[in-house]
Amino acid sequence: MNLILVFEQMLNGLQFGVMLFLMAAGLTLVFGIMNLVNLAHGSLYMVGAYLTVAAVQWTGSYPLGVLLGLIGTLVVGMLVEVIALRTLYERDHLDQVLATFGLILFFNELIAILWGRAALYTSLPTYLQGFIEIIPGSIYPVYRALVIGVGLLVGAVLWYVVAKTRLGMLIRAGASNRIMVAALGVNIRLLYTVVFGFGAALAGLAGLMAGPIYAVQPGMGELILIQVFVVIVIGGIGSIRGAFVGSLIVGMVDTLGRAFLKPLLGAFISPPAAEAAGPALASMLIYLLMALVLAVRPEGLFPAKSG
Amino acid sequence: MGARTLILAVCVLLLAAVPALATLLGQLYYIDLLRRVMIFAIAAASLNLILGYGGLVSFGHAAYLGVGAYSVGILAFYGVHNGWLQWAVAIAASALVALVIGAISVRTRGIYFIMITLAFTQMLYYLGVSVEEYGGDDGMRLKVKSQFSGLVDLDDPVAFYYLVLALLLVVIYLVHRLVNSRFGMVLRAAKSNEARSRAIGFSPYPYQLVAFVISGAICGLAGALLANQTSYIAPAFMDWTRSGEIMFMVILGGMGTAPGPALGAFALLIVEDLLAGWTQHWQIILGPLLVLCVLFFRRGLAGLLPGGARHG
Repeated sequence: MNLILVFEQMLNGLQFGVMLFLMAAGLTLVFGIMNLVNLAHGSLYMVGAYLTVAAVQWTGSYPLGVLLGLIGTLVVGMLVEVIALRTLYERDHLDQVLATFGLILFFNELIAILWGRAALYTSLPTYLQGFIEIIPGSIYPVYRALVIGVGLLVGAVLWYVVAKTRLGMLIRAGASNRIMVAALGVNIRLLYTVVFGFGAALAGLAGLMAGPIYAVQPGMGELILIQVFVVIVIGGIGSIRGAFVGSLIVGMVDTLGRAFLKPLLGAFISPPAAEAAGPALASMLIYLLMALVLAVRPEGLFPAKSG
Repeated sequence: MGARTLILAVCVLLLAAVPALATLLGQLYYIDLLRRVMIFAIAAASLNLILGYGGLVSFGHAAYLGVGAYSVGILAFYGVHNGWLQWAVAIAASALVALVIGAISVRTRGIYFIMITLAFTQMLYYLGVSVEEYGGDDGMRLKVKSQFSGLVDLDDPVAFYYLVLALLLVVIYLVHRLVNSRFGMVLRAAKSNEARSRAIGFSPYPYQLVAFVISGAICGLAGALLANQTSYIAPAFMDWTRSGEIMFMVILGGMGTAPGPALGAFALLIVEDLLAGWTQHWQIILGPLLVLCVLFFRRGLAGLLPGGARHG
C-alpha cells in the first residue's frame, strides 16, 4: 500500500465523516434542545435524496434541483414536527422511539409506492464529474471534494449561528430552560419547529449529497442513522462539538478499516483467514470503537454541559 | 382477579385447541402462524423482564434471537443435530453475548442505553452478513431440525406447536416468579427510584446486569425455536426493525404485566398478517397505526382486562 492510496482513503474518510456530521448535528440539536429521540431522522435523509432526484429531473438543472430538494425536506420536516412529534416532547424516550419507528415504516413504504423499491442513480452535471489534483500524483473526484467543502462550511456556519447569533442564543436558552424562555416572551413552539426544520434540512443535505455516491433506495436512511448513533454516543449527546469530532473519527475509522484491514491482517495471519476475517472485522470496527470509548468515558468524549 | 384469571385461562385453552380446530377446518396455515406468534411471545416476554420491570429500554433484543438461531444453525452445519445440545448452546451463547453487551450498556442510562443496545445489535447483524461460510447475507438453510432423542418430533407441526405453547407458559411463569422474588423487588425498585434503592443499600448494576443476561438467554431460546420454525437462519433475524417489533409487542400488550407480551405479539403479528394479505404496502398502514397506539393507547391490551388497573 502506498502513501497516495492512504491519502485518498483519508479523504474518503473525511468525506464520509462530514456527511455523518450533517446528520449528527441535526439529531443532536433536536435531542439536546427538545429532549426528543428522533429515529425518523434517517427518513428525512432519504426524503432529501429522493426529492432532489425528482427535482433535478423535473427542472433539468442540478443546482435548482438541489435547492428545491433542500426546501422540500425543510417543509417535510416541519410538517412532521407539527403533526406527529410535537406531542411527544413530554413523553419518555420509549414512546418517542416507538412513534418515530412507526414514522420510519410509513416513510419507507411511501417512498417505495412513489418511486419503487429499486435503487435510483443520479447523474451529475458534467462540471462535477471530473477530477482534481490535490497533491501531485493523486487525483480526486471533484464531487467528493465538493462534499467535503460543503460539509466543513456548513459546520462552520452552524457553529457561528449557535454560538454568535440571537437565534443561537435562543436555542441555547431553550435547551437549558424552556419554561423560562417562554416566560420571557419567546414563542418556544415556533422556535422548536424552526430548529427541527433546520435539522431536517441538514439531514436532507446529507441525503442529497449521498445520492450520487451511494444508491438512493427505500431504507437508505436507517443504515446511516445507526452509524450516526455511534457518532453521537462517542461524541457525547447534545454536543455539536462532540458530534463533529465523533463524525470525523467514525468516518475515518470506518473508511480506513474497510480499505486496509484486510491487507493489514494478511501480514500477520494466513491470506485466506484474513480474507474471511477482514471484512467482518472492518464492518464491526466502529462498534468496537464505541464500546472502547464507553468503557473509558461513559458520557462520551464531549458531554454537553446543559445535560 | 377472578375475571382476569378466567379470561386468561380461556385464552390458553383456545390456544391449546388451535391445532384440533385448524385440522378440522383444513386450515393448517394457522398452526404455523400461531406457533410463530408464540415464539415471538417468548421473545417479548424476555424483553418485558428488563423493559417492563427493570426500565431498561433495550432496542437490541433481536440480537439474542439471532445468536440463538445461529447457534442451532451452525451446530447443524457441522452435523450436530442433538436438540438438547443445540438449545443449551443457544441459551448459553445468547447469555454470554448479553453479558458482554450488558456489562457495557447497563452502566449507561436513558438514551445512551437505547442507542448502544441498537448499535451492538447492528454490529452482530453485520457480522452475520459478512461471514460467508454461514451464508452471509442470504443466510443458510436448516436441513435437519433439532432432534430430541425421539421424545418430540419437531417435523410434526402439532407436536412442535404444543412444545412451543408449553415453553411459552413456562417462560411467562418463570418471569412472573422472578419479578415477585426478592431479586425482582430490587429490580423494580431500581426502576421506580434508583437513588432510593441505592440509599437502602442496593446497587442496581449487578441486579440489572443479571436480569439483562436472563432476558438474553430466554430470547436465545426463542431464537432456537425460530430457526426450527422457519428451517432457515439469516442475518435478517437480527435486523433492527425486528428489535423494534419485539419492543412494540411489549408496549402494545402492556409492559410490566405477565400476559402483556403474549397479547401484544398476538395482536401485532395477526394484524401484520391480515394487512399483508390485503396489500403489499401494509407497512404504510402499520406505521401510522403504531404512532397512534403510542399516542393514545398507553395502558396496553393487558390494561383492558378486568383487574388490570391494579398493576398500573
